[in-house]
Amino acid sequence: MNHDLTKSQDAQAPKAQDAQAPKTQARDEVALMPPVEVVEDASGITLYADLPGVSRETLNLRVEADTLTIEGEMALQVPEGMQSSHAEVSIPRYRRAFTLSKELDPDKVTAELKHGVLKLRIPKAEHAQPRKVEIRVH
Amino acid sequence: MYRSLFPRDVFAELDRFQRDIRQTLDGASPSIRGIGRGGYPAINVGGTPQSVEIYAFAPGLDPDKIELNLERGVLTISGEREATPRNGDAKIAVHIDERFTGRFRRVLSLPDDIDPGTVDAAYRDGVLHISIKRRASAQPRRIEIK
Repeated sequence: MNHDLTKSQDAQAPKAQDAQAPKTQARDEVALMPPVEVVEDASGITLYADLPGVSRETLNLRVEADTLTIEGEMALQVPEGMQSSHAEVSIPRYRRAFTLSKELDPDKVTAELKHGVLKLRIPKAEHAQPRKVEIRVH
Repeated sequence: MYRSLFPRDVFAELDRFQRDIRQTLDGASPSIRGIGRGGYPAINVGGTPQSVEIYAFAPGLDPDKIELNLERGVLTISGEREATPRNGDAKIAVHIDERFTGRFRRVLSLPDDIDPGTVDAAYRDGVLHISIKRRASAQPRRIEIK
């Protein structure tokens, strides 16, 4: 079973929020869902997420149990007294959660943020690496 | 190819829906070019009495390859976002593919009072911030009464 990361966790998200509401109220805030690309190869999964406006300081990545959460606040340089006349991006934060499947190793996640694109590499655990099964012929 | 930047965010969709309705009811279109929605990059525009501020949410670009042109009050942002390299591995599987790739071009009309000689553009964290000063003569002044 490997499809967990292929779907984002929309249906489960409210439940998780309820359980943790007192601790992290920020999660109830409205957030944009960043577009992502998820690619799997033999040794792991690579996730790219578009998070324009998010810097290293305002990015928050968490793995709790089997849930990977990406959160980020936009930090734009806005001159004092600016009046918005047109806004296609009207919420200054992003959030998206994914369920990791068992063969992925959450301790070895590496992250890179460049020009507003987050690249996450989630390797598969050693024991889950593909092995070619030898077929013995008698 | 036309797709929404944040396709699955209900609140953004609602917001957009609400705005579309408002615009339909008001019947006022801001410009003959309009401002298209849902394209790449998403654009926010704001202003102060001294300047016009444009924010283009264009992550993952090489700043040297962004084309920015200002001609007769029309600002054009164009370029290309390349797909992520796949290393030629035949065994890879793409599970989600929502990110924009390919050429893009967005055009917007700017107010008449801008000074085209004072364009300042900076690319930071995937946001292109363009700041254009308004002409001094167009700025509000307090008129002395003698």
